[in-house]
Amino acid sequence: MSESSPGPEEVRNIARLARVDLDDEEVERFTEQFADILDYFETLDEVPEVERDADLVNVMREDEARECLSQEDALANAPETEDGYFKGPNVS
Amino acid sequence: MSSDANIFITETTIEGEEDGPLAGKSVAVKDNISTEGVRTTCASEMLDDYVPPYDATVVQKLKDAGATIVGKTNMDEFGMGSTTETSAYGATVNPVATDRVPGGSSGGSAAAVAAGKADLALGSDTGGSIRNPAAFCGVVGIKPTYGLVSRYGLVAYANSLEQIGPLAPTVEEAAGLLDVISGPDEHDGTSREEGADSDYASAADGDVEGLTIGVPTELIEGADEGVVERFEETLDDLREQGATVEEVTLPSVEHAVEAYYVIAMSEASSNLARFDGVRYGKSGGFDGNWNETFSEAREEAFGEEVKRRILLGTYALSAGYHDKYYKQAQDARAWIKQDFDETFEQVDVVASPTMPTPPFEVGESLDDPLKMYLADANTVPANLADLPAISVPAGEVDGLPVGIQFMGPAFGEETIVRAGSAVEN
Repeated sequence: MSESSPGPEEVRNIARLARVDLDDEEVERFTEQFADILDYFETLDEVPEVERDADLVNVMREDEARECLSQEDALANAPETEDGYFKGPNVS
Repeated sequence: MSSDANIFITETTIEGEEDGPLAGKSVAVKDNISTEGVRTTCASEMLDDYVPPYDATVVQKLKDAGATIVGKTNMDEFGMGSTTETSAYGATVNPVATDRVPGGSSGGSAAAVAAGKADLALGSDTGGSIRNPAAFCGVVGIKPTYGLVSRYGLVAYANSLEQIGPLAPTVEEAAGLLDVISGPDEHDGTSREEGADSDYASAADGDVEGLTIGVPTELIEGADEGVVERFEETLDDLREQGATVEEVTLPSVEHAVEAYYVIAMSEASSNLARFDGVRYGKSGGFDGNWNETFSEAREEAFGEEVKRRILLGTYALSAGYHDKYYKQAQDARAWIKQDFDETFEQVDVVASPTMPTPPFEVGESLDDPLKMYLADANTVPANLADLPAISVPAGEVDGLPVGIQFMGPAFGEETIVRAGSAVEN
């Protein structure tokens, strides 16, 4: 098992950061599987440093107003809306 | 058959223009490609009732070309899987061998073509998701050069790797569908000019006289004996047609699988953060605060493979581990690109078996994710290096289809189409 592979508490913490609840069974299964998978990812240590291509460029468009979705269309897939706005849970 | 084989998530009829290169042709579209007014689920409970308000660029192009879209095909949830068993709507059956998986993640699209439910199909390929099911179902699949086909309207999983591409019974038909969907798009800043006036279909002339095919030892070593036999026979056949076969070495590809999964999972953890159950997606209800309801909705509505990748991606990008996993994976990606660049100075195409094994048995890989990941060894290098690749049927092993893959230099679609078409001779 990899030295750095997360234990059950760390898996719960990652799940909290990722905003995904897990049940106890999933935590147990993921802890076991992550050890194998991360152990395998450790072989990236053997990769030499390589000079990266520098030919990437940003692609920008003019910042102009143009046709877009109507408010109605934009809200059509929201589970809850109110007065033309998305309705979400409390943020605090 | 389609209900038994579970090929479509949604059957529909979207009529295109009357005239065009695809007039009279039926096309099946993977369910992560947006269709205006027709639900697009990504095979996830999260998007069970999501109806896109616009068409993906490729769908608009299909309509303009006169195609009739006949359904949205089953897939691994959000494209995450190699078997089409992780769908929230149940697994698709391989029409050629019903106790086997059709491959993934575009398994429904490959099965639709293999079963004659559509003349052609679109899939998406992040690490082999078009080529793998093409090989397992005995059809042709093309993963285009990165940027050749617009990704506007494709629900993103790992956007630096994925491309939409065609599946078809023959190389010429796959190339013809690629002609329709390729070209620049103002809605996708990563799309490129190449492919604007393409004629890939006429490159399917079967002429490989003088073509040099490189075979990397690294991609043959791990393959099953029967698969290697079919591969060697196919190469012999191409030699008889005037091609030259050379051994080449690509040491970097030994690290392709781990680099691919670190990058794909990292991008997935970011891309899938948009599914919050507020703007769209399944809602967790409004009890508690944002983080709690968000986490609850995502626990319920995402399948296990999706959660696994979001969590591993979050871990790989977290403080303290970023350099260890993500940065090294990017180094591996640069190394792989460099290796291929050098190889294409010597050879015209690189050939390998598409998949190291014949189609897996249903259920075989689900309990062991690492085993499933390792099966992608031959397909992920093309995605990491942004290169085009084609899978063409290369006979059978114990009655099960296997494929040969040709990878070409960037925007070398014509060359891989030509090589692939010679396999059909």
